[in-house]
Amino acid sequence: MNEILRINNLNLWYDSKQALQNINMRIYEHEITALIGASGCGKSTFLRTLDRLHDLTPIVRITGEVLYKGQNIYDPDIAVTQLRKQIGMIFQKPNPFPMSIYDNVAYGPRTHGISDRSQLDDIVENALRGAALWDEVKDRLRSSALGLSGGQQQRLCIARSLAVEPNIILMDESTSALDPISTGKIEELALKLKERYTVIMVTHNMQQARRISDRCAFFWLGEMVECAPTDQLFNQPKDVRTKLYVSGSMG
Amino acid sequence: MQMLFFLCGMLTVAFVVCITMYLVIKGIPAVLTIGPAEFLLGIHWQPVDNEPEFGILPFILTSIYGTAGAVLCGVPIGLITAVFLAKSAPPRLALIIRSAVQLLAGIPSVVYGLTGMIVLVPWIRNIFSLPSGATLLAAIVVLTIMILPSIISVAESSLKAVPKEYEEGSLALGATELESYWRVTVPAAKQGILTAIVLGVGRAVGEAMAILMVAGNVANLPNLFSPVRFLTTALAAEMSYAAVGSLHREALFSIGLVLFLFIVMLNVLLRLSAVIEED
Amino acid sequence: MQTLTVSRTLELSKNMPNAWFRLRRRIWNHGMLAIMYFTALMVTLLLAGLIGFICFRGVPFLTLELLTSASSYLQGTIGILPNLLNTLYIIGIALGFALPIGVGAAVYLTEYAEHPRIISVIELAAETLAGIPSIIFGLVGMLLFTQLMGLKQGVLAGGLTLVMLILPILLRTIQESLREVPNAYREGALALGAGKWNTIRTVVLPSAKEGIICGCVLAIGRVVGESAALLFTAGFGLKLNDFFTALESSSATLTVALYIYASEQGEIDVAFAIAVVLLVVTLALNIAVMLLGKLSGRKA
Repeated sequence: MNEILRINNLNLWYDSKQALQNINMRIYEHEITALIGASGCGKSTFLRTLDRLHDLTPIVRITGEVLYKGQNIYDPDIAVTQLRKQIGMIFQKPNPFPMSIYDNVAYGPRTHGISDRSQLDDIVENALRGAALWDEVKDRLRSSALGLSGGQQQRLCIARSLAVEPNIILMDESTSALDPISTGKIEELALKLKERYTVIMVTHNMQQARRISDRCAFFWLGEMVECAPTDQLFNQPKDVRTKLYVSGSMG
Repeated sequence: MQMLFFLCGMLTVAFVVCITMYLVIKGIPAVLTIGPAEFLLGIHWQPVDNEPEFGILPFILTSIYGTAGAVLCGVPIGLITAVFLAKSAPPRLALIIRSAVQLLAGIPSVVYGLTGMIVLVPWIRNIFSLPSGATLLAAIVVLTIMILPSIISVAESSLKAVPKEYEEGSLALGATELESYWRVTVPAAKQGILTAIVLGVGRAVGEAMAILMVAGNVANLPNLFSPVRFLTTALAAEMSYAAVGSLHREALFSIGLVLFLFIVMLNVLLRLSAVIEED
Repeated sequence: MQTLTVSRTLELSKNMPNAWFRLRRRIWNHGMLAIMYFTALMVTLLLAGLIGFICFRGVPFLTLELLTSASSYLQGTIGILPNLLNTLYIIGIALGFALPIGVGAAVYLTEYAEHPRIISVIELAAETLAGIPSIIFGLVGMLLFTQLMGLKQGVLAGGLTLVMLILPILLRTIQESLREVPNAYREGALALGAGKWNTIRTVVLPSAKEGIICGCVLAIGRVVGESAALLFTAGFGLKLNDFFTALESSSATLTVALYIYASEQGEIDVAFAIAVVLLVVTLALNIAVMLLGKLSGRKA
């Protein structure tokens, strides 16, 4: 069980309002870590710090460290594009680009300098297979991605991430906009993905966290209250707030 | 009361119908007298000769070349500025440039014409050592500047309307901000940018006074370095001395009709492209 | 040393792009940013240069005498007072006709119209009208008002022609501002027993005041800058007339006068002086629109 991310004393402010307070946490390779908590508790904000997606919002200020394989990703010398290539993000609402299915998946590799046609074909096929979408779209790779159903779009976004060969995949409530069947497919996929990647997912659905995560972290008002193996967190929570939340009487 | 308001609304429709009808009724006879082929494809325009000729191909081609030239120069400049304003510019700088662009849009066309006539035309004459600098090139430069504001402002608002999720998706794959803007946001704003271009084309096709002052106003087939006459400038320059009731005057109405048809075609194309996009 | 280790581990992972590509990517990114700054700077400089040059050429000739006298061959004077007045006359006529029509049509579209087809026909007509080149308006205005209706060239024919030209601007702006009036206002007035027209007159129109004024300012800007539509409708006359004489005697506005002085009389200095006047007016109208926008923005 290798540690892949270590978060040390992470604080985040929107302007003068503190949204994350002194977060300390470890993420392990080939596990699904679920972040749970009431909406507005900072779990999505936290997830976005792991991919440096707050960089574009000037009012956000961050202190502390996020160590990825031992290096602080907030170090000014870090190449952000290389970092984001290795840590992929799947968003809440499926956001395929308004272009063809093929071009969506090929977008990442092309951005990183792969222009050879047959190499791209391979990458696209593998990524779509990895996202369990290949059989559904292999005959219409050239048609617009916006014609796919919501669940297919979300799997396309996963394929798009896989195409740049990430190590970590972040999922920000990635099933909340989908119907139960599509949700089931994405959950199944997440379980398969953890064999090769590390998955961190924000979810507001405690059953989902229970079903598929190996480790679970509970957030409350910008604090990370408790992080433990999922069984332990749900059955023997240490903190009274966790206990109240998982029993459904708080939040 | 409601009836009165309804009439106000219908008056708008009446204006359009009236303009269309008038142009058709007044424009068709001369075309028939001259012959559609001779009129549209003839290359000589000598309306007051003993044996007058009424070929407007030089005007049509000049209008097309001039517009194409202005769009070819104006669209890249406008699009780059729009992306800059919508995405990359520091807010204060964006505000300054945006106000400048708005001001540029409000300046009357005769002012552009005057400045072009006094500054641009002599420059072109000296740089290319021509007998006169009043050429198609001068007209294209003036038109480019004149269509920039509408291209910039329409393109900017359509870029701003693109959901932020697209950019985030691209950033999360390891693209830089600029790569995301140009490779995802711009294609996503395609329809709005197309509208901006069509608006620019419309403005360029319809502009009269500014280019009347810089284009030299001779009915030549278009050449970058010769004086030329556009559909619009033919109307503006000749209407006041074409005798009432003469074929010359009638032919000018026909030019108006041709110009009008150009604009109608442009709008139909835009609508079609929007419909195709939706499918 | 820190730098080296950081970039090495992060970049020497799987599927490393080659150094040549990374260089190209870097150049593209930096080059693009430079091009964007350069282009935006150029557009701004263009405006600054244009304004600077016009002021440099025009301001020295912009005397009180020029502004307050008329041109006369006999006395050898040049003045633009008639053109200033003609411009004002035409603004008055065009707005006088177009504003009621525009308000009426906008009220119909936002308050009364129920058939989506009628709405879309009217909106399509306004859009079409907005796209028609002004020289076409001049042509049709000439045929309609001077030939068919028998008016003489003058500010009346010119003003009426411009009614068609500014109507879409007024309609769009007023329609937008009417749409922004909250429905609660209407319901409140209706609940008090006010009739529909009374509600519109006492509640809806007053709260859309800024939008209506803004539409007028935009329309005035369009009229001031217009020239091609006025050539054959208002004419080229440079004589000083009172309003009623001007209605049907050839009268050049500022823009048309600029064209005449520059192209036909070779009085470039006068043309530049007029250009300065036009610039000042344009700037003032721009500022007015901005302030009005802020005003209505604060209210909302």
